[in-house]
Amino acid sequence: MTIDEAPALTGLAERLRAALGPDAVIDDHQRLRTYECDGLAQYRVTPALVVLPADVTGVVAAVRACAEAGVPFVARGSGTGLSGGALPRADGVLIVTSRLRRIIEIDAASQRAVVEPGVINLDITKAAGADGYYYAPDPSSQLICSIGGNVAENSGGAHCLKYGFTTNHVTGVQFVAPDGEVVRLGGKAPDATGYDLLGAIVGSEGTLGVVTEVTVRLVREPEAVRTLLAGFAGVDDAGAATSAIIGDGVVPAAMEMMDALAIEAAEAAVRCGYPDGAGAVLIVELDGPAAEVEAQFAEVERHCRAHGAFEIRIAADDAERASFWRGRKSAFAAVGRISPDYIVQDGVIPRTVLAEVLHRIAELSRETGIRVANVFHAGDGNLHPLVLFDDAVPGEAERAEEVSGAILDLCIQHGGSITGEHGVGSDKAKYMPRMFSDADLDTMQLLRCAFDPGGLANPGKVFPTPRLCGEVPGRHKGAHPLQDAGIAEVF
Amino acid sequence: MRAAGEEVLDELSATAAARPAGEDDHVDGVPARVVAEPSTTDEAAAVLRIAAARGLAVVPRGTGTKLSWGHPPERVDIVLDTGRMNRVIEHRAGDLVVHVQAGVRLDALQEHLAAARQRLAISPVRPPGAGPGTVGGVVATGATGPLRLSHGAVRDLLIGVTMVRADGTVAKAGGKVVKNVAGYDLGKVLTGAWGTLGLVTEAVFRLHPLPPAARWVTVPVTSADDAHDKVQRVVHSSVMANALELDRAGDGSAALAVLVEGIPQGVDDRVRTLLGLLGDAGDTGEVGDAEVTDVPPGWWGHAPWERGGVALRLTHEIARLPRLLDAVDDAGPRCGLTAAVRGSPGVGVLHAGLPADPGAVSAFVTLLREASPAWGGDIVVLDAPPAVKAGLDVWGPVRGLSLMRRVKDQFDPDHRMAPGRFAGGI
Repeated sequence: MTIDEAPALTGLAERLRAALGPDAVIDDHQRLRTYECDGLAQYRVTPALVVLPADVTGVVAAVRACAEAGVPFVARGSGTGLSGGALPRADGVLIVTSRLRRIIEIDAASQRAVVEPGVINLDITKAAGADGYYYAPDPSSQLICSIGGNVAENSGGAHCLKYGFTTNHVTGVQFVAPDGEVVRLGGKAPDATGYDLLGAIVGSEGTLGVVTEVTVRLVREPEAVRTLLAGFAGVDDAGAATSAIIGDGVVPAAMEMMDALAIEAAEAAVRCGYPDGAGAVLIVELDGPAAEVEAQFAEVERHCRAHGAFEIRIAADDAERASFWRGRKSAFAAVGRISPDYIVQDGVIPRTVLAEVLHRIAELSRETGIRVANVFHAGDGNLHPLVLFDDAVPGEAERAEEVSGAILDLCIQHGGSITGEHGVGSDKAKYMPRMFSDADLDTMQLLRCAFDPGGLANPGKVFPTPRLCGEVPGRHKGAHPLQDAGIAEVF
Repeated sequence: MRAAGEEVLDELSATAAARPAGEDDHVDGVPARVVAEPSTTDEAAAVLRIAAARGLAVVPRGTGTKLSWGHPPERVDIVLDTGRMNRVIEHRAGDLVVHVQAGVRLDALQEHLAAARQRLAISPVRPPGAGPGTVGGVVATGATGPLRLSHGAVRDLLIGVTMVRADGTVAKAGGKVVKNVAGYDLGKVLTGAWGTLGLVTEAVFRLHPLPPAARWVTVPVTSADDAHDKVQRVVHSSVMANALELDRAGDGSAALAVLVEGIPQGVDDRVRTLLGLLGDAGDTGEVGDAEVTDVPPGWWGHAPWERGGVALRLTHEIARLPRLLDAVDDAGPRCGLTAAVRGSPGVGVLHAGLPADPGAVSAFVTLLREASPAWGGDIVVLDAPPAVKAGLDVWGPVRGLSLMRRVKDQFDPDHRMAPGRFAGGI
């Protein structure tokens, strides 16, 4: 649908131009195409309208206008999500928060920062650094991703093993509910009275409203940081070392693993100089009080050697530490050097079944001829298999999709999750019924119905078949009403 | 003709253990009709289906240590006692994860986990004379004590939950892995919901290694400003205190105690740093004022109110601690009462104990609520005798209340789960 075909949207554009100013509304088809996808480029939809509000009043105007016109809206930050969570609707409005980028307050004394949603993750750390603080959740895209997007997706990162995820660091939000009401939940103090709806908002992928202000916890910079890189013959040894370290009561700040194919890709891209012949590389970072870090670091080194590490490097300074991380952080982009196309998968397994699952992934790879490079957060079992394929080879993309789905099934079979940090979005809604029962999904929908009875906030994301609010929750037979009406599809 | 209560009892007995309620089963003074004691999620679901069919109000209960917290329920038909749901379903030591039934007692669970040198890093708020309660009670109230500074609140440690909805539907959210963003985080919404959205029957928690060494450094504090200064010194240092507790007795004496845990050598180092931070500062002067012990001070982890007294929860922005303490010191004499304050100023959660004088308590809470913008937190009356609660809105004003009411309406449209117990009359 284009705006010319939808009178409601034409009216909306005019109304929003009057409210927000002409610069804040885009309805030119060419310019709209800039926003047709987020970080997951295989899904593309041109939005009917883009609005770029500069403050909460602008967001309220946009949301209220959508509510009154019955038009769906999608919120978007930097557009770096990897699950299509900010994929626009052809019949809807895309509310882009990039102009809401003020750091309102750094309150180091109370260990909080108050920021607008368009603020870049790393910029909070930069602003807090002068006081000896930083913002802990660090997605690989922290140079560019926005805090609003992090809140939507409950983003993680390498250091979440010890410090937790976005949800553990957000103490307050202001958001615009789908009916246009501005709601404040929490603040700089913990435990605001009432239900923990803040806990529901974080990770709700924009389906409960548009966040317009975020209060986050700041974390004291550690006294000491030490980083080690160990080369192993293969992932079994590296996995066993991981389990031994955690089993010994050590909680590293980060624990990251790459397999041979991922190392090959990283070397091709950034010449990171990882140990020759390594079938797996493990990076372990410890931080905290100096004496603790020293003692535990010795333990980590001992466990790595005991489980077959043939080379251990210890970063002597920040530059060397950065070089260890360079290969790991470039791995996603680097696979482009060894494969024309790839799928970044994001699944989670209990750490103790790491070896078993990696073996099965290798078998899948052999059976299908689809190569899989593994880069992952070993400490918390968050796998990022990179499923490589060539779209030019007939049938290969489909086989890659199958392998990718089979890996998620493996995660579910082992009691894990279909997403650890990227979100469900558009990409994985179809997998939700494999992890959750109808009753589970219906119960989640009760929350959705409380926030968004009209189903206008980012519809079609997270849940496979959007059920209508007011419909009786429970098991349902036959086609869904939306399906019959040709509005929704069954995955 | 048989009484309606007997019919309910018969029907319940066919699905779960059930008995007529006695005086001990009253909930905050409200009499109950029947006590049901399911031993599994399925049995609990059967109980809630019967309650739904008959329009009966249900109040969940663990060991009952916090059953009188909040408003008294509007009515209680069934007390759903979780005492028989006391199994540790799965402890995956290698994954630092435990899956338990809601009726598991926290002390029994810690004992179980300690055998694997692990713990659930929740130190509950213990009312006077009470045990640590059950896992379900801790989730329902969200109440956490000292360890929250280093390990987060109950909400941060709960990674999966199984619930039974008011209509008897069983649903789960989250899972058994720490990193998981699939679907809405219903566990957080249920944490601190006081049983008003449904019954939590099972919970999955992330665990932490049991630290090999622990030491407490306790120093006296002389004033609100001195307390604030010392708290700020500790939280802004790189010593990484595991817990930091303030205790101000009604008689004006006060102390700050800091817990450091870890490997012995590291703990020694951090204790030295702490002595440097706390000893040479403030009005007390010398390092000699500090006491270093291997066991916590006697008041550590215990609520500051007396049995039959009034319990308040006071939250604050970390840096605005003195404003809160000053307000307490100002309001007390004006209302003719003395407040004992204890809690975690490094987190921003304190508790206060007051004598059960209805008029004075009401005036005190009103004064504090009026002044609360100065420290940016909330004042909740957790527990009080019925005569005190009667003259008070124990929960006070709530941001986002209309949204919360809509959530309640979705989960429990007939308002049968612990009706009236929660904020805003929910």
